[in-house]
Amino acid sequence: MNAAATPPLLEARDLSRLFPVRSSGGLFRARQMQRAVDRVSLSIRAGEVLALVGESGSGKTTLGRMLLGLTAPSEGVILYKGMDIAAQSGEAARNFRREVQVVFQDTGGSLNPRRTIGQSVALPLTYHRGLERGAASAEVDALLDQVGLPPAHFRHRLPHELSGGQRQRVGIARALASNPALIIADEPVSALDVSVRAQILRLMFDLQRERRLSYLFITHDLGVVRAMADRVMVMHQGRVVESGDADAVLNAPRDAYTQRLLAATPVPDPSRQRNPH
Amino acid sequence: MSKGEPLLDVRGLSVDIRQGATALRVVNELSLTVRRGEAVGLVGESGSGKSMTAFAVMNLFPSPLARVAAGQVLLEGRDLAQMAPAELRATRGARVGMVFQDPTSYLDPLMPVGRQIAEPLRAHGRTEGLEARVLELLDLMELPNAARVARQYPHELSGGMRQRILIATALAMQPALLIADEPTTALDVTVQAGILKLLMRLRRELDLGVLLITHDLAVVAETCQRVNVMYAGQVVESNEVGPLFAAPRHPYTQGLLASILSPHSRAHSLFSIPGSVPIAGQWPGGCRFHPRCPIIRAGLCDTSAPALQARGSGADRCHLSGEPMAADAWRRNEATSP
Repeated sequence: MNAAATPPLLEARDLSRLFPVRSSGGLFRARQMQRAVDRVSLSIRAGEVLALVGESGSGKTTLGRMLLGLTAPSEGVILYKGMDIAAQSGEAARNFRREVQVVFQDTGGSLNPRRTIGQSVALPLTYHRGLERGAASAEVDALLDQVGLPPAHFRHRLPHELSGGQRQRVGIARALASNPALIIADEPVSALDVSVRAQILRLMFDLQRERRLSYLFITHDLGVVRAMADRVMVMHQGRVVESGDADAVLNAPRDAYTQRLLAATPVPDPSRQRNPH
Repeated sequence: MSKGEPLLDVRGLSVDIRQGATALRVVNELSLTVRRGEAVGLVGESGSGKSMTAFAVMNLFPSPLARVAAGQVLLEGRDLAQMAPAELRATRGARVGMVFQDPTSYLDPLMPVGRQIAEPLRAHGRTEGLEARVLELLDLMELPNAARVARQYPHELSGGMRQRILIATALAMQPALLIADEPTTALDVTVQAGILKLLMRLRRELDLGVLLITHDLAVVAETCQRVNVMYAGQVVESNEVGPLFAAPRHPYTQGLLASILSPHSRAHSLFSIPGSVPIAGQWPGGCRFHPRCPIIRAGLCDTSAPALQARGSGADRCHLSGEPMAADAWRRNEATSP
């Protein structure tokens, strides 16, 4: 890693997370620990898109939760703008929580079903940014507009009235409401229909350009990595097995697991069908 | 490839879901065939009616409000609707196997998997040689150490192994047809590759007809011989995989194919079909795809519903199919060529 003059936006050093696993040896056996995340280091610069790729059990979601401050690391440190987030409190901690936002796979599940879209998007505006109701209301309209949901039509709707793609747009609007520097997106398009998946990726790309956002894209989909990421880290069983420039890694993977992942990804070309004898 | 009578012949199938006094049509005049030894893909996005079609084939709906409203399902030449209940039960368990997306919810957590594989055999009156048949099936599923696996419980197995158990259960009675509804959607890609390979080997070795229901056209390209694309309760295009992927005719199929993230996809040039998939009950009149279609002809596409027209080795449901503009409805080739 090069040591540039400005520290990276978010940096993790030798991050591990251990979970106790039940051993078969009975009550008085020493508890065995499983490393869900095993000494992972990473850095994200301002305006950069980093993809974290892995299958279930790779530790990518646990890593994402640690970077959000939702799960405490067992070992290692997380630095936000050069400061250890575990040591922060008060204003600095609030800033971190405001500037690092998350978009989940299933935004529907994280929206209050009884609150209108407008109310859900307004909450971070009043909570994180202390806006008055009038100012918040204007900002809600601007945000909904930015994510492609005409406010006149959508702000009074309830979550169940929206399609999956529209709900994901609400999730993005709500993340943007805090005026973040970094968005951690955990499988943001996996639950969406194929024909609308690209709409959301395109929206996230445009927003990233306009606002000079950083993204950490957690995904199992190599197509998403190729489309969105500057750099990629491939995780397998808690460890980073390969990392580097996204194009370089996907065009010439060196690690055996990365190669296996690429080979297993289906492609829409019937001529590749292994011929039945 | 095709030999004789189709194994499964679905003709003009419509499915209704009762809603109070009215009925919501979720599958509309759907026809498809599956022959022995042939894998046929049924592709669609959420709400397209693909899973309802699978339930209708078995006449086993997840809700008593759903029913077959019209059409016929012929299995090995016999109309399932004409069978007496007992005969229907015997036929569907023995001649058709079914596997689903989430193997966990179809397995009993308190029963060793070997016994679960033997259940269909017992249900159909077999009492002898059950253990040997279970071990044979586990071997067929490429599960090493079959005797040990048979004694294990579902929670001791990985997702991929559980799906293999479900496939073994579906094949216990040596059915002629396997219906697989999103069998690999919940699995990791490396595990998915193994399951798809297994399904294709079984198709060949057992001369099994496979109806593969999926949202993923790439999975179909790698495994199927024919494909039916569904949109808003209808088949909008069907063909052999070669011509369908090389020269899709319906604008929806073209758009769906262009939406797949390929090695050349970059965020600034990502393709998507504008709008979203309409839900049942809100299907537009005329051609159901017309509000999202790039080549809609006013006064035709928005007013008259196109019929499924046979063309070449396939069929499609587009008024403008065959016209030059329809070959590249989204102007993708024009835009990318210099």
